[in-house]
Amino acid sequence: MTTRIFGSGIKRREDPRLITGEARYTDDIKLPGVLHMAVVRSPYAHANIVSIDSSAAEAMDGVVAVYTGDDIEGLAGLPTAWLIPDSDLKTPEHPALAKGKARYVGDGVAMVLADDRYRAQDAADAVVVEYEELPAVIDPEEAAGEGAPLIHDDVEGNIAFRWAPFDKEASDAVFDAADVVVSERILQQRLLPTAMEPRSAMAQYNPATAELTLWCTSQNPHIHRFIISAVTGLNENKVRVIAPEVGGGFGSKIPCYPDEALVSWAAMQLGVPVKWTETRSENYLITIHGRDHVQHVDMAASNDGKILGVRATVYAGMGAYLSTAAPGIPTILHGLLYVGPYTIDSVYCESIGVMTNGTPTDAYRGAGRPEATFLLERMIDNVANKIGMDPAEVRRKNLIPAFEDGYEVAAGLNYDSGDYPTAFEKALGMAGYGDFRRQQKSAAAQGRYLGIGVTAYTEMCGLGPSQVAGAVGFQGGLWESATVRVTPTGKVQALIGASPHGQGSETTLAQIIAEELGFAVDDIEVIHGDTTETPMGWGTYGSRTTPVTGAALAKASQKLKEKAKTLAAHLMEASEDDIEYADGSFSVKGSPDQTQSIQDVALMAHLAWNMPEGMDPGFEESQFYDPPNFVFPFGTHIAIVEVDAETGEIELQRYIAVDDCGPQINPEIVAGQIHGGVVQGIAQALCEGVVYDDNGQLLTGTMMDYCMPKADMFPNFELGETVTPSPHHPVGVKGVGETGTIASTPTVYNAVLDALAPLGVEQIDMPLTSAKVWQAIQDANGGGS
Amino acid sequence: MWPNKFDYVRAGSIDEALASAADGGKFLAGGHSLLPAMKLRLDSPEQLIDIGRITELQGISANGGLTIGAGATHDAIATSADVQAMCGPLASACGQVGDQGVRNFGTLGGNIAHADPASDPPTVLVAVGASVNIQGADGSRSVGAEDFFIDLFETALDDGELITSVSTPDLSDHQSAYVKFPHPASRYAIVGVCVAVKMIDGVCDHAHVAVGGATLKAVRCKGAEAALAGTAVDDAAISAAAEAVKADIADDLIGDIAYPESYRQQMAGVFLKRAIAAAQG
Repeated sequence: MTTRIFGSGIKRREDPRLITGEARYTDDIKLPGVLHMAVVRSPYAHANIVSIDSSAAEAMDGVVAVYTGDDIEGLAGLPTAWLIPDSDLKTPEHPALAKGKARYVGDGVAMVLADDRYRAQDAADAVVVEYEELPAVIDPEEAAGEGAPLIHDDVEGNIAFRWAPFDKEASDAVFDAADVVVSERILQQRLLPTAMEPRSAMAQYNPATAELTLWCTSQNPHIHRFIISAVTGLNENKVRVIAPEVGGGFGSKIPCYPDEALVSWAAMQLGVPVKWTETRSENYLITIHGRDHVQHVDMAASNDGKILGVRATVYAGMGAYLSTAAPGIPTILHGLLYVGPYTIDSVYCESIGVMTNGTPTDAYRGAGRPEATFLLERMIDNVANKIGMDPAEVRRKNLIPAFEDGYEVAAGLNYDSGDYPTAFEKALGMAGYGDFRRQQKSAAAQGRYLGIGVTAYTEMCGLGPSQVAGAVGFQGGLWESATVRVTPTGKVQALIGASPHGQGSETTLAQIIAEELGFAVDDIEVIHGDTTETPMGWGTYGSRTTPVTGAALAKASQKLKEKAKTLAAHLMEASEDDIEYADGSFSVKGSPDQTQSIQDVALMAHLAWNMPEGMDPGFEESQFYDPPNFVFPFGTHIAIVEVDAETGEIELQRYIAVDDCGPQINPEIVAGQIHGGVVQGIAQALCEGVVYDDNGQLLTGTMMDYCMPKADMFPNFELGETVTPSPHHPVGVKGVGETGTIASTPTVYNAVLDALAPLGVEQIDMPLTSAKVWQAIQDANGGGS
Repeated sequence: MWPNKFDYVRAGSIDEALASAADGGKFLAGGHSLLPAMKLRLDSPEQLIDIGRITELQGISANGGLTIGAGATHDAIATSADVQAMCGPLASACGQVGDQGVRNFGTLGGNIAHADPASDPPTVLVAVGASVNIQGADGSRSVGAEDFFIDLFETALDDGELITSVSTPDLSDHQSAYVKFPHPASRYAIVGVCVAVKMIDGVCDHAHVAVGGATLKAVRCKGAEAALAGTAVDDAAISAAAEAVKADIADDLIGDIAYPESYRQQMAGVFLKRAIAAAQG
């Protein structure tokens, strides 16, 4: 057999169109007669809308209509679609345009439709809105406190939910009896997802057929169809959602936003197409933010380094409205991860979802799991420091031993497979951990501050069994479906319900089909992103497309192969038992000259001139796939840094990542996912962070102030792998889209704090800017230089 | 993203540009400061007068000093052998503005007319005592760089006046450097320090020091200069200069949400030391 296509680092098939500018994004699509929408947005974080005067705007050239929240009839508010149970969840109304009150800077208060984007903006600027400013609150812990301004009348105390599914008494007993308890208040700062392509939406409505087509930047067009149908009242089979090329999402293109509802509604009102594309400034203001936790965390341990328990009270900032999946992020995707890869027998999490006057938050790459991994890893370093044990040794002592098929943890999850110690020791070996500790000492003698951070992690992804989705209140299924369709000339169309947007899935999924059926990858097209063309699916997020859609495609391909084998045997007048298969070709045992290629079989299946008794014509199979469990990738990451004590600058000298996502379909794409994820996670540790002022004004509104990571901040990453297949997956694969983000933030943070330990610095809020590091050094020195 | 409506004219000569400016509006050179401001609707000139193709504004000439056309791009200055030889810190500063695309379009004249406090070239121009040559409807004048920069985004340019060139002295017999601490987000200077030291027989005859980025405008640092003059520029003198520079800029400090004034003031001392070390090569 030739080199297997599965496991081969072939180039991404998406890239030629992406890097030559030939990809077609929503904003590239031109429709005749289109109107452009500009939205008048609240400049205040919290204000009553006293009056809106749109007369001047309406009189301007090219302006077709101006609508306010009160003008909009027949458009329901945006729903929250993750209704976590047993949490006293409140879901405040989220109108597409604010009615009576604006609740964050950027909240839409009016929409302008004009024949030209410039004219639309000019008219939006001419809409006069009188506001009565109200006190605003941004910090989630403050918003949950006494006397905070009330943001929604029906959300008492601004508390949208309180989720605490674990046994508090049992947890307290563990802490009461422990040798050592360490505590820290951890801020998981707000982050801006910053996809390369800002959001965009264009709607076209045919009044005669009552059909609506919505092109939009979506990670899950079938969910968008579902929600747009619900808010407009159109039948779901009359709504077509198309996600053309989508330039990244990182979670920010999961939710259904007001803007998408507004263009749909306006197109229905006016009978002409309506388009909106956000500017980068709008993107930072109104597209969801990530993280925003204030966490009070404790960890209990024995004097010899056995971790006994972890508990946390989390104030999770939801922003001004509950975005589509928001309640599930700091709860289900967070608290269930408190064990990590360790033998921790006691966990407790109380997660309080708090309404604030910030931009709504929702899933951002990792979504809840980075916030859990960070607190666990930070607290382990705190335990190590407290008991005077090396932090790597504490981890080694607590890692769950290797297991191949299921391991129940105290947080309630059943991990599928893992070999944490092997990945851990491999990473330590690559880093030369022992040697580094010696170098660190000799550098310290010269007044240089080196540090090392080690993170062992596991996470749950490949979301997820639908039964679990239902049990945790997710208002959808989490299966996927796919169709493998072979044309008469032997070319493949793979139709999937998921909606990749930069991950390289058109390549990896084709490799799965090629592996199963013997087609050349170049003969396989993976088609996605159109609810009318593709079968139902729940979307691309939670590192689920390879595990879930990949499984559906593998099983559909296997079904086709069975059919092909039966047909080949019939065509060669041989017994099916005597048919051998290799490289896309069927032959009869003992007569190697007699063959039928998969293409020959596909043609004969279409012609149907000579079919076996009872076999239907055609060469196409569909498969629904509901995973029996999540998949749990894992690994160990290590960072080595040097801190310049004179300036507080951090130099990231080495970054080692050993990840296990099961068998790698395409090692180049796996490496790309890890590189990107690691960069995003490190950026949280070192430079990214949303800042609001006391009035709720976004101060990091452009990339001049919001620090995106840049390539020259990073060394070449040193990647390693171990391979532990998932026992429940047809081809053993696990997700890898979020592991880098989940593991890297605490790795680098702990490395920096390790470097600063000799200077007496114990804690700094992220991001670790040079100014904060420098100030912490001064403070530890007793108040400055 | 969506600027207000504006008129556009292209000037073929300095005279044409000045004539158009009588109707108001702003000169457009590389556009790398003006256009972003217009896209955000922070600036809405009614007319843009494109001076990008005026040949009189191009070119770099060396005769005892440098005369750099206002339309010379940052890249042209950074890569000019004459500038590297006679005013190395200016080449260095221009080579650290933005990224290569910005340096290929952005011009020295546009840069200093914008007077962003965190920009790199003004710090060098103030340090070395450059002159800004200006032409207006009423004729020409020359303003020292220190007087040219008045405040945040404010210069000595009157309405309708055009920068034609910048003149700098020949500092090839100085030890000099421009060292920058870039803001991680914008890559503008958190602090930028320019140093030029004239050594005679191992003793500092005089020193030029200026700081930008940390201040409302580039600031000439006389205290630091005095601390270096007459010394061997040894560790003690450098430490004294690093202390003095913090006092020199104390009245002009600015900060932002991530890098406050106090931090920038301290870093001016650190980067002065680093600039001297770089100058001493």
